[in-house]
Amino acid sequence: MPGPTANPILEIDGVTLAFGGVTALNGVSFEVAPGTITSVIGPNGAGKTSLFNTISGFYHPGAGHIRFRGDEITRLAAPLRAKLGLARTFQNIALFRGMTVLDNIKLGRHCHLHSGVLDALLYYGRARREEMRLRADIEERIIDFLEIDHIRNAPVAALSYGLQKRVEMARALAMQPQVLMLDEPVAGMNREETEDMARFILDVREEWGVTILMVEHDMGMVMDISDHVVVLNFGEVIAEGAPADVQADPEVIRAYLGSGNVAELRHRLRQAREAA
Amino acid sequence: MIGFDWLMLAEVSFAGLGSGGLYALAGLAFVLIYKATRVVNLAIGEMLMMGAYFFFAATSSMGWPIWIGIIAAVIGSGILGAVIERLLIRPMLGEAPISVFMITVGLSSILVGTVELIWGADQLRLPDFMPSDTVLIGEAMVSPKIFYGFLAAVALIACVLLVFRFWRGGVALRATASDQAAAYSMGIDVPRVFSLTWVVAAMVAAIGGIIVGSISSLSPTMGVFGLSVLVVVIVGGLDSVPGALVGGLLVGLVESWTGTYFGGEFKLLATFSLLVLILMVRPYGLFGTHEIERL
Repeated sequence: MPGPTANPILEIDGVTLAFGGVTALNGVSFEVAPGTITSVIGPNGAGKTSLFNTISGFYHPGAGHIRFRGDEITRLAAPLRAKLGLARTFQNIALFRGMTVLDNIKLGRHCHLHSGVLDALLYYGRARREEMRLRADIEERIIDFLEIDHIRNAPVAALSYGLQKRVEMARALAMQPQVLMLDEPVAGMNREETEDMARFILDVREEWGVTILMVEHDMGMVMDISDHVVVLNFGEVIAEGAPADVQADPEVIRAYLGSGNVAELRHRLRQAREAA
Repeated sequence: MIGFDWLMLAEVSFAGLGSGGLYALAGLAFVLIYKATRVVNLAIGEMLMMGAYFFFAATSSMGWPIWIGIIAAVIGSGILGAVIERLLIRPMLGEAPISVFMITVGLSSILVGTVELIWGADQLRLPDFMPSDTVLIGEAMVSPKIFYGFLAAVALIACVLLVFRFWRGGVALRATASDQAAAYSMGIDVPRVFSLTWVVAAMVAAIGGIIVGSISSLSPTMGVFGLSVLVVVIVGGLDSVPGALVGGLLVGLVESWTGTYFGGEFKLLATFSLLVLILMVRPYGLFGTHEIERL
């Protein structure tokens, strides 16, 4: 297991979250190093999405700390975290239905605009127009990059599932995040769509320098593109490390298969590696 | 039909459009709240009434000039809207829609009770502030209060629509109406959008109340107006602004025609028949859709 990074961009430190008597997260700690792809895996109900919701500010943990570039953000409201540079997608696509692809992406820059009528009246100077133009350029780059130019004016509700996932990612990128959180980016996708998405995720990291934190069930993809894997089970971190180390961890194998069936998991993992 | 009085039909129609404009205004207030927060606000008529009573308090009791009185009533209603949202609606976030609906039913009783405690149950008169010369459109005579009330309603509706079209708050409202979680994660302060919509809706309703109150009179039963507004927004399709506007004019016309040609007791029958008819043909109202529409 690698030691703590010198300057993690995101630190989860002893986070505990309970709903009534149910403990969803119990003392979860891990770090996300800048420029990496970190994946959180775990069986259903392990607390992955709860963890995501806690990091993005939808839930507030009962104990523990979340730090973003060293700054404490545990109590910060979600919109403020978005301004700091945390963007996310949702497990069940959460696009603004009834709007077009382009409108959805444009809303991504919302968090960077100043609010208030007075602002808008007083501050419509050249600098602001310049800023708007710059952002429009970035939007064009994103559309180009994610290959969604042909559907830019289509209403999102009319798109296929795979494309909707891609638009959601485009919208998150338009927020120009430092950390992009992807909640099951390839769930329900076929092989080809999954490979496309994996390529996009790698390219986002390369071209935009964005750190990726994702939750995903597709082991083939997780093991293939992740730098660091965190395994959750029953709300606790049971293992973390490089993909190969995590794969071999007996605790992880038990969590996924119950006891005894190690050979079968090894086989599946090898298959996944070969297929990918 | 020999000797049918076309002039009278025109006058009746203008009167209908006049009150229809006020329905549209109140309908707009209702739709704003429904769009942004998904709350069916049954207290919309009482919020109108509160605006009118605030105006009465500022002008008749405090003796302030008319324009100050209007501004005071609008501000007072805005504050009331914020308080209602903060104390009654926000704690109900995530509860079943029917529970929130019942809260607004209770709210309307509380508002009526408050008004009766402070101002009594008797009818009051608002000070006259609209020009009193009869307005002629062609040969048709239109009551000045209805005419200027209509103009004020149209102007206010236009203002609200323009503001929400071009101001970024409108974008935030649309995004919130479409997907709250996504909006929240993208830097839109959803609770602030909620409270803002209640404030704006209460202010719009207050102006509606002042106009309605000065056309007829002021009493705690004024909130019954809200019943017609409910018909208006259901006819228009709950979440559609154009629907509220068209529905308002339509209901105003139908009420005016039946009131004149069949008698006042048929008004309700006619509007509710219209409601049933439209729902049979278009179950989501004239403009309402499953999808959220643009504001």
